[in-house]
Amino acid sequence: MKAFAALLDALIYTTSRNRKLALVADYLRTTPDPDRGYALAALTGELDFPAVKSSTIRNLMADRVDPVLWTLSRDFVGDTAETASLLWPEDDISEASDVSVAKVVERLSGLNRNTAPGELAKLLDGLDSNGRFALIKLATGAMRIGVSARLAKTAFAQAFDVNVEEVEEYWHALSPPYAELFHWAADGGDPPNVSNVPRFRPFMLAHPLEDGTVDLAEYAAEWKWDGIRVQLVRVAGETRLYSRSGDDISASFPELLDVLPMDAVLDGELLVRGAAQGGEEGGAASFNALQQRLGRKTVSKKMLKEAPAFVRLYDALIIEGEDLREQAWEARRKALENLVPRLPDSHFDLSALVEARDFTHLAEIRETAREEAIEGLMLKRRDSAYIAGRKVGLWYKWKRDPLLVDCVLMYAQRGSGKRSSFYSDYTFGCWDGDPDNGAELLPVGKAYSGFTDAELKKLDKLVRQTTLNRFGPVREVERTLVFEVAFDSVHSSKRHKSGLAMRFPRIHRIRWDKPVHEADRIETLRALIKD
Amino acid sequence: MSKSTAFSWIRPEPWGIHIVPADTWVDPGRAVERALVTHGHADHARGGHGETIATPATLAIMDLRYNTREGAVGVEYGETLRLQGGVDATFFPAGHVLGSAQVLLEHAGERVVITGDYKRRPDPTCAPFEVVPCDVFITEATFGLPVFTHPPIEEEMAKLLGALEANPDSCVLVGAYALGKAQRVIAELRAAGHHAPIYLHGAMEKMCRLYEEHGVPLGELRLVSDHEKDDMRGSIVIAPPSALNDRWSRRLPNPITAMASGWMRVRQRARQRGVEIPLIISDHADWNELTRTIAEVNPQETWITHGREEALLRWCELHQRKARALALVGREDEDE
Repeated sequence: MKAFAALLDALIYTTSRNRKLALVADYLRTTPDPDRGYALAALTGELDFPAVKSSTIRNLMADRVDPVLWTLSRDFVGDTAETASLLWPEDDISEASDVSVAKVVERLSGLNRNTAPGELAKLLDGLDSNGRFALIKLATGAMRIGVSARLAKTAFAQAFDVNVEEVEEYWHALSPPYAELFHWAADGGDPPNVSNVPRFRPFMLAHPLEDGTVDLAEYAAEWKWDGIRVQLVRVAGETRLYSRSGDDISASFPELLDVLPMDAVLDGELLVRGAAQGGEEGGAASFNALQQRLGRKTVSKKMLKEAPAFVRLYDALIIEGEDLREQAWEARRKALENLVPRLPDSHFDLSALVEARDFTHLAEIRETAREEAIEGLMLKRRDSAYIAGRKVGLWYKWKRDPLLVDCVLMYAQRGSGKRSSFYSDYTFGCWDGDPDNGAELLPVGKAYSGFTDAELKKLDKLVRQTTLNRFGPVREVERTLVFEVAFDSVHSSKRHKSGLAMRFPRIHRIRWDKPVHEADRIETLRALIKD
Repeated sequence: MSKSTAFSWIRPEPWGIHIVPADTWVDPGRAVERALVTHGHADHARGGHGETIATPATLAIMDLRYNTREGAVGVEYGETLRLQGGVDATFFPAGHVLGSAQVLLEHAGERVVITGDYKRRPDPTCAPFEVVPCDVFITEATFGLPVFTHPPIEEEMAKLLGALEANPDSCVLVGAYALGKAQRVIAELRAAGHHAPIYLHGAMEKMCRLYEEHGVPLGELRLVSDHEKDDMRGSIVIAPPSALNDRWSRRLPNPITAMASGWMRVRQRARQRGVEIPLIISDHADWNELTRTIAEVNPQETWITHGREEALLRWCELHQRKARALALVGREDEDE
């Protein structure tokens, strides 16, 4: 555990990506199996110990530290794991003993809700402050140490001089501690055999178009639908549905698991039937409707009936054993068009191409995306292979322009991680009537991005100086500041008093100059709802 | 404001503590007729007072920083000064920085101790803190949260020297407060056997010389501005925290950034400052020292001047000790 704790500590203090890669690669090269495999799983977020929750840690601390002192400390530090590691009562720790990561993982895996507190306490007793920090991070699974799963896999590739895309290919078919993967990469063994597993293939992703233009002779255009990107995989009759990050979300969408009539790997947009996107015929509901179905472990019959899901197909990676990824987009598109008639139209349709005379014409068509409640356009290079990741020049996303509204800052909450101790999460509101005639502000959204570090400092200062009330980490502030908030869409919501929920709100500009009574009214926002 | 009449001759105001019968202020944040100054840091000491009463070392520091010469009254540790209105003031070492003092005030049979800033750890650059029994103990609470426990300084020195050894082509740039922390780090490096020249940011030079004149040897010190990049490879460079991410550091060879501060105990604090080697070295009492000191001094009342007073108040409550928080302004020391 000592080497792993030292690695986490070093990663936290390292800002350079190259040095992070070197640290992880070095650890993977010098640490024996299966410890390095479990450590890699921890870094990529693949370990899950359901018996250990953040509340388990809090309860353990409640037995050992005064609750007021705990809350004040947690609030200052901004991280439960770190606070607990610092406040854990320390007896003599024998220097010589060092429990292995594998042993820790084994003990954590065997826990249930009753045994977790006692066993966890025993483990914590044997570690120093750094070790305790690493253990709690490992056990609760919320690393937040500035290392993405992708960076960890890249470090693996770098450590053993193998191709990272190849690592990605095997990754989702293997499980910790990835013995086959290390055997292949570190010891020169055979590649892992993953042919009979319906595994995830890394997506091809797009860059924002920004202000550029493209030649439509080289690029095809299609709508960017407002659902979630998915990959549907069938191998040897077994179907699985993966999200963009490679998470298996099959359980949430059982209606899609027995409708693909042949083995294939297809790329598309997961949508729910409705009329908001693309009109009545074969239309899709807004993202709001899809959201009701995400993250569910079981799905009710009512839900399946009221909000049936389907996949609007963008691309085909593999059809009946033939890998199309090396082929040009045009060839893959043709294969996909030939495939779609063989699929049940209850669960599949084809994402239509957008035909335009030229780029200016395309821009005009894009303007209508707002009316159609579509996210925008995709531009795909016609001669490009299907290449995992985000390679410049191949695919572009050209989102519709965001909507803007002026809101008033009402509450601020302290951030966590790098922003702990800064008030960085802002709740803002709009007027429920005429502000000069006694109207009130109702919260309409929350944003924590869109400003610079310098602006954050200034905002933090303003929050501290204009605090009206404190509620734990939240402060209510005087209504003095207007934010110009950008957002992608707005939907009706029963959860909020204003009856509205914004999608992707972020601070567009801070209007230090604007008086609060000139901020927008709820009715302005309500007029933008397209549910 | 307390309604009790006891100790009413001592009145905490937002900009300092007023000794009413003597019309004298302790560490006032604005210019006054007569001031008692506990130590030379800017949030306690300032220029412009009619009369400034402090230890000789603190006066020397104030002379360097604020040209405090006129009206300077030096008082040695243990020496008692009779103020007007029947108030006696005695200075005792606080162990914070060179010249730092606690002030014992006696009036009408009541004893009040104002700690200023203090620590209990040994420090080769200043006299150690003394426990002074009193009725009211007015304490700081900069690190008044139980998460703050400062490790032994030897561990931190080993961390610093380890980084130096592992990076012979770089320098290790240590951010340290120019008064106190910088000299302590240098003195502890010498004590740990590091005798190589140490490079200084220009803002450190005069204060280091002042320390040496007051009997604190610091070994061979060189100014960064007098040397080429290559001279400094494998060396330690000390600069004020504000210079760490400044353009100034571009003249250094691949600097690895360290920072000596009690705040480095919290990982995210170190990250926010872009620190690669956090050195948990503080000139303030940590949580255990704060609580232990209150227990040892054993006052009737504890008043808490600045820092994380809520937690220390809670501790007093849990230990059935009478305590109150004084909200003094301008005493938040991020660079510590």
